Amino acid sequence: MKIGLILRPALIALLLALVLRPEWFVPIFAPFAPEGGPVIYQRASMLSLSVSHLAIVALASAAATIVAVTLAILVTRPAGAAFRPLSRTITNMGQTFPPVAVLALAVPALGFGAGPTLVALFLYGLLPIFENAVTALTNLPRATMEAARGIGLSRWQCLMRVELPLALPVTLTGIRLSIVIALGTATIGSTVAARTLGEVIIAGLLTNNTAYVLQGGLIVGLFAVLIYDALVQLELYLLGRMGG
Amino acid sequence: MIEIDRITKTYGTVNAVDAVSMTVETGSITVIVGTSGSGKTTLLRMINRLEEPTSGEVRINGKSTSSLKPHLLRRRIGYAIQGHGLFPHHTVARNIGAVPELLKWSRDKINARVDELLALFSMDPAEFRDRFPAELSGGQQQRVGVARALAPRPDLLLMDEPFGALDPIIRTRAQADLRQIQRKLGSTIMLVTHDMEEAISLGDHVAVMDAGKLVQYAPPAEIIARPATDFVANMVGDVERPLRLLSLISVSEIIEPGEAEGEAMPETASLRDALSACLWTGRDALPASRGGKVVGRVTLKAIRARAGAHA
Ligand SMILES: Nc1ncnc2c1ncn2[C@@H]1O[C@H](COP(=O)(O)OP(=O)(O)O)[C@@H](O)[C@H]1O
Ligand SMILES: [Mg+2]
Repeated sequence: MKIGLILRPALIALLLALVLRPEWFVPIFAPFAPEGGPVIYQRASMLSLSVSHLAIVALASAAATIVAVTLAILVTRPAGAAFRPLSRTITNMGQTFPPVAVLALAVPALGFGAGPTLVALFLYGLLPIFENAVTALTNLPRATMEAARGIGLSRWQCLMRVELPLALPVTLTGIRLSIVIALGTATIGSTVAARTLGEVIIAGLLTNNTAYVLQGGLIVGLFAVLIYDALVQLELYLLGRMGG
Repeated sequence: MIEIDRITKTYGTVNAVDAVSMTVETGSITVIVGTSGSGKTTLLRMINRLEEPTSGEVRINGKSTSSLKPHLLRRRIGYAIQGHGLFPHHTVARNIGAVPELLKWSRDKINARVDELLALFSMDPAEFRDRFPAELSGGQQQRVGVARALAPRPDLLLMDEPFGALDPIIRTRAQADLRQIQRKLGSTIMLVTHDMEEAISLGDHVAVMDAGKLVQYAPPAEIIARPATDFVANMVGDVERPLRLLSLISVSEIIEPGEAEGEAMPETASLRDALSACLWTGRDALPASRGGKVVGRVTLKAIRARAGAHA
């Protein structure tokens, strides 16, 4: 906890500096750049790439959350139980497809740009959220569920007032995993012209400029660590409120 | 008045509840007692339609329970279960106010009802209203569970082993509290237990179930005096044995130093009398007297230890 108190603001400050004032880091990255070559990526601002990167991740994760949670709710109703194996197979398939393959397949249909990346991240995000939501919804405290029905909540009220709130912390763990995977995976979207921080890394790889790779990688990594941490804090807060 | 009319529940080929009929008077406690698997829970759950009967009918004040949507019916019937089933993510106040909220009572009316019930269960509203269930003791959680069931002033309160998760000393207190509150509110209660002692001490009427059938339905005194079958006699016998033993031991044998509140027990009285005084007044200890002078106390714990040692 104490370490977090110092480390968290330090990492946030570092990330802000990397995104807003990349020129400050010239002395640090210079040793990794080729002789006489550029040290800091100039073709686009880090801020606009970050915003676009985060927006793609947020959009894909939001869609994955809505679809996965809806599916999880449906298959945990008595009437939907029969569809559980099928929906599990589908979400598993999303996971086993390599993202590069998804991109390659999606480009002919959706063209270059953010579209194929959104599809890949969406498919990738489904499984962890779906699995966690199903686990959470099938392991609710029995006495609480019995009492909820017994005192007269309708099925809808049970779902909205008891089941979903109680399933939230575990579902959130799934959402967190899926967001962190998406943050990393989004970088390869630049290969099909999505505007993400992957652009910096790939430019570095193509021109043998390790400084670029470090710059892009560091920003993506810091976003992942800080967002992961924020979501962990949120889960702990929710669990605390339930006396978990 | 609750009329249960030849109600039956069949699972596969087994009748979990087999043509049970009984009439429960308004304002009384009826305890349904039987061994595990005898169909008590199924019977209770058919009354609020958590289970649909295979055949038969339940009428509350003359009106069939099948005339209402199940969840609307349940808002008029309180339900308290073993392990309380409180909502862990809601405060005590929201838990108790859950059904009034569904019934669209005004905020003020709900708050007043919550405070009234907390006070009734000897829990200071200011202290407990905003706590979460995890911040309560087992006995307090159980009381909040019962308060939640009573909140909308239900026509009927169903309780399935409500004291099952409590340790024996607290259980005696909880039973005494329930009795007192039931008398005060005039509630109609149907309570399930596997403990004949609880049934006899709590019930105005006791319904004994065996393998899905109602084998005897009578006031406790009659259950003890004239058990209808060997099964009933055996269940009563298990209760009576330690009690009979206690009536042979005098208070003087277990007097210990210390103080206790309330009316004193003469040392010549039997432990059975001391026990019933404890249960009756809800005390954990009684002063013991010799020749009219208090010389120490008898504790419920010590009495129970003696009963247990011989049982
Ligand atoms: N949903 C169910 N499906 C099949 N059998 C059941 C079900 N619920 C209860 N039973 C059976 O019905 C009988 C009575 O159960 P129950 O009412 O829970 O007994 P009790 O509460 O007296 O212990 C038991 O034999 C039990 O196994
Ligand atoms: Mg039972």
